[in-house]
Amino acid sequence: MPATFTHQFDTPLYKGTSSFNTGLFIDGKFVDGSNKTTIDVFNPTTGKLLTSVSEGTEKDVDLAVEAAQKAFETVWGLNTPGAQRGELLWKIAQALEKHAEELAALESLDNGKTFTWALNVDVKGTIDAFKYFAGWADKIHGKTIETNETKLAYTRNEPIGVVGQIIPWNFPLLMWSWKIAPALATGNTIVMKCSEFTPLSALRATAILHEAGVPNGVLNLVTGYGNTVGAAISSHMKIDKVAFTGSTLVGRKIMEAAAKSNLKNVTLELGGKSPNIIFNDADLDQAVKWASHGIFFNHGQTCTAGSRIFVQSGIYDKFLQNFTQAAKSIKIGSPFEQGIDQGPQVSQIQFDRIMGYIDSGKADGATVHLGGERHGSEGYFINPTIFTDTKPDMKIVQEEIFGPVAVVVKFDDPADAIKQANDTSYGLASAIFTQNLNLAIETAHKLQAGTAWINCVNHVDVQIPFGGYKQSGIGREGGEYALANYTNVKAVHVNLGYKI
Amino acid sequence: MGLSTTIQVPRLNKSITIPTGLFINNEFVASIDSKEVIEAINPATEEVLCAVVAASEKDIDAAVAAARKAFSTSWGKNVTGFERSRLLNKLADLIERDAQELAELESLNNGKPVKMARDSDIGDTIQCLRYYAGWADKVLGQTIEVDNKTKLAFTRNEPIGVCGQIIPWNYPIMMWAWKVAPALAVGCTIVMKPSELTPLTALKLSELVKEAGFPPGVVNTVPSLGPVGGAALASHLDVDKVAFTGSTVTGRKIMEAACKSNLKKVSLELGGKSPHLIFESADLDQAANWAALGICYNSGQDCTAGSRVYVQESIYDKFLAILVEKMKALTIGDGLDDKSGGGPLVSKTQYDRVWGYIDSGKKEGAQVVLGGEKRKGKGYYVDPTIFGNIKPEMKIVKEEIFGPVLAVGQFKTESEAIELANATTYGLGAGLHSNDANQCMRVSSALEAGTVWVNQYNMLNNNVPFGGKKQSGFGRELGSHALDEYTSVKAIHWNFGEKLDWPL
Repeated sequence: MPATFTHQFDTPLYKGTSSFNTGLFIDGKFVDGSNKTTIDVFNPTTGKLLTSVSEGTEKDVDLAVEAAQKAFETVWGLNTPGAQRGELLWKIAQALEKHAEELAALESLDNGKTFTWALNVDVKGTIDAFKYFAGWADKIHGKTIETNETKLAYTRNEPIGVVGQIIPWNFPLLMWSWKIAPALATGNTIVMKCSEFTPLSALRATAILHEAGVPNGVLNLVTGYGNTVGAAISSHMKIDKVAFTGSTLVGRKIMEAAAKSNLKNVTLELGGKSPNIIFNDADLDQAVKWASHGIFFNHGQTCTAGSRIFVQSGIYDKFLQNFTQAAKSIKIGSPFEQGIDQGPQVSQIQFDRIMGYIDSGKADGATVHLGGERHGSEGYFINPTIFTDTKPDMKIVQEEIFGPVAVVVKFDDPADAIKQANDTSYGLASAIFTQNLNLAIETAHKLQAGTAWINCVNHVDVQIPFGGYKQSGIGREGGEYALANYTNVKAVHVNLGYKI
Repeated sequence: MGLSTTIQVPRLNKSITIPTGLFINNEFVASIDSKEVIEAINPATEEVLCAVVAASEKDIDAAVAAARKAFSTSWGKNVTGFERSRLLNKLADLIERDAQELAELESLNNGKPVKMARDSDIGDTIQCLRYYAGWADKVLGQTIEVDNKTKLAFTRNEPIGVCGQIIPWNYPIMMWAWKVAPALAVGCTIVMKPSELTPLTALKLSELVKEAGFPPGVVNTVPSLGPVGGAALASHLDVDKVAFTGSTVTGRKIMEAACKSNLKKVSLELGGKSPHLIFESADLDQAANWAALGICYNSGQDCTAGSRVYVQESIYDKFLAILVEKMKALTIGDGLDDKSGGGPLVSKTQYDRVWGYIDSGKKEGAQVVLGGEKRKGKGYYVDPTIFGNIKPEMKIVKEEIFGPVLAVGQFKTESEAIELANATTYGLGAGLHSNDANQCMRVSSALEAGTVWVNQYNMLNNNVPFGGKKQSGFGRELGSHALDEYTSVKAIHWNFGEKLDWPL
């Protein structure tokens, strides 16, 4: 029997109890993993053990796929009309809304982000995603296509079937919703692997989703490691599509496994080293605030982090001064204390990685303009860090750090800024700050990125498509575009009397 | 003075309270300058249920002003799609909560059976609201590639503005939803004139609009006489769009008034004389079921009523015999009675109209195959009636009767069937029954109607568009197409790189 995790929250920002099953969720039931092993879950604020959850294996993925397949053929797929799927998604949104604070608290506990951000961004975004995609469920249109009088041709956008979804640890619940909502709206069933680092909100939310009335087998949650469960999903012969959000490194493995197994459809949302270009005429105050939000939001653990900040020489000094001030005023501490902006990084591994990059920056001769060290002695806290005097080929300029580490670069010629901005294998997002909207639009059109933010950064809406150019990924989430990820186009040709 | 009243319903051992004022700015108010009232009548008992305030032209002005203010301040572009979606869903929840009472009120005022009102009319209404709630945050325009160096071109689908909506008495609640849902979803504000025959449920629904949380002025409800309120809306200089469902005769007047005033946008859903074709390969029992449904549903008071059935010669006798049995089997009675499959016609005027057509059918020499006899006693009842031996020039074949009165004819060939079917100025619905797939395709392609049912009739879905060809109207309701009726496309050309030399 899988264990129940119970946690008493008694904090300035939230008081309450959360209690839920920590097993794998397969075919409507919480169960132990086949190996009866568990994965330890740590509190990044303290570094201490929180609990352990059931560990899934390849065998559990098989069981989940079986349940998902059965559900697809009987109670889900096109057996449940879109209007009903939509109604159920709306019910899920309402159920999640009832537990909003509890979910936010779990997210903070497990991931380290502040309770306030978790509630106002992650949980709110999760509820919005279900509400938004609920509305699409009965609006999956194909086309009728004129050819000639002897043929009726039309398309259907059919659900793919059993889809595998692998989500990351940086926005655990939000990523859970961004994957589930469009997949269910279009009629697919799901085998999902949440991150082994942050399984708690997914476990709790999956139980809520089940209570809201989702039929057994439609959503299956298998917590586990990437190289076991993740690999099993990517190479499964009966999963026809895998959607992954995470690092580019792992994204490659997933695509390779898909190619080597059954050529399953792959969409990837990977890393970024997104440029933030600030022109002389930018509203300086706003540019500083947004730039800070761009790199320090979520402790830098955002795929779209504006981690390379290009500042035009006319305002470089002023910008750097104010940006540094803004970074200094970020309050670091426990995610449940009042007035805290930044909590710990998610894990020891991430902490070590980020510190490793900081060390490499120092070693390469970049100037540590601010920060560059651990915060405190307990938990995975890192001070907001700003590097200047960098060279384009430095690791801290080329590689994704995924921490609160900004690289600030001076430029004169806009063409040079654009060139440097595009000089990366990534292409997830970009940002431009200027009062001259002509310049903004021109620049936005020239940047090789899936999102161009003008006079804002890291500002996402579920209705707007999101995804990467180049090695930042394949496919788009959000908006109507997300539906294409989870449907197969079938063309039907009806011959009306053409005899051969 | 309380602007509400209570209707006693002894048969159900309950009473229903109804607001009787005009619903403007979320309040029920008296008329500014008129003491006129509209009496709502129970067509099963012929008794007056209650009276509600009848809006004057000045009241219409007030309602339009309220809608305009809301559009400029709390609605229109001032409210997000998300919020519009949330409110529409909330309204759907409230209607679901009150479904039973709304169904009883609908039955008392319109005559239709309570269970049909609840399960079909209101069931579909709730789905319709939820369907359009889902569109509210998905109003998409286009970005259009013109020239990458100098111009960004894109479109926005903006809400049209203040919409006058005029709805009929045959499906009061459902017609209300078909109009209100897409308009609100895209951000328009509304001045709604329900039918003077059936104003009660629109007023009750207005209470729910307020309870759901729509800002004042977004939905305004102004029962009034057609020539007063309807005319005022159609010719109002500050109404941007009028949407009308009703008779073709009135539709023309509305369009004329729109042209003569401010060229407001118009959409019309008018009458029909829809043909229903039965081919020899059809499943006759099923076809007869659908044909019976087509003319008897809602006591024939349906714009898409399959009022002309044409049967292939080879199966005519056999089919007609089955159809007669099917139509005999329907129990028409008091809507509050659970056994009733159909109710009385909605009013004395309609009752006299339909009996006038039945008489004309007899006079012009058609053969009464079923029905055709008046009942004794109270209630505007018309029993299912079938005329055979019809000729194309007969009034009962050409004109819309709007009662359970069917004209049945025959045809030899497929092309004759199509010709007979299309020989009408109307073009709302059409049905065909055949097991020959190629024939189904040919015939559905040839029929001049906005909706063609193949091996079915009457069944609509909220996400499939609906509307007329020819003189049955223009514009489409339901589906994504309804959104087009309430949005106006703005094209934006944003020059970011072209400098103009002057003079040219």
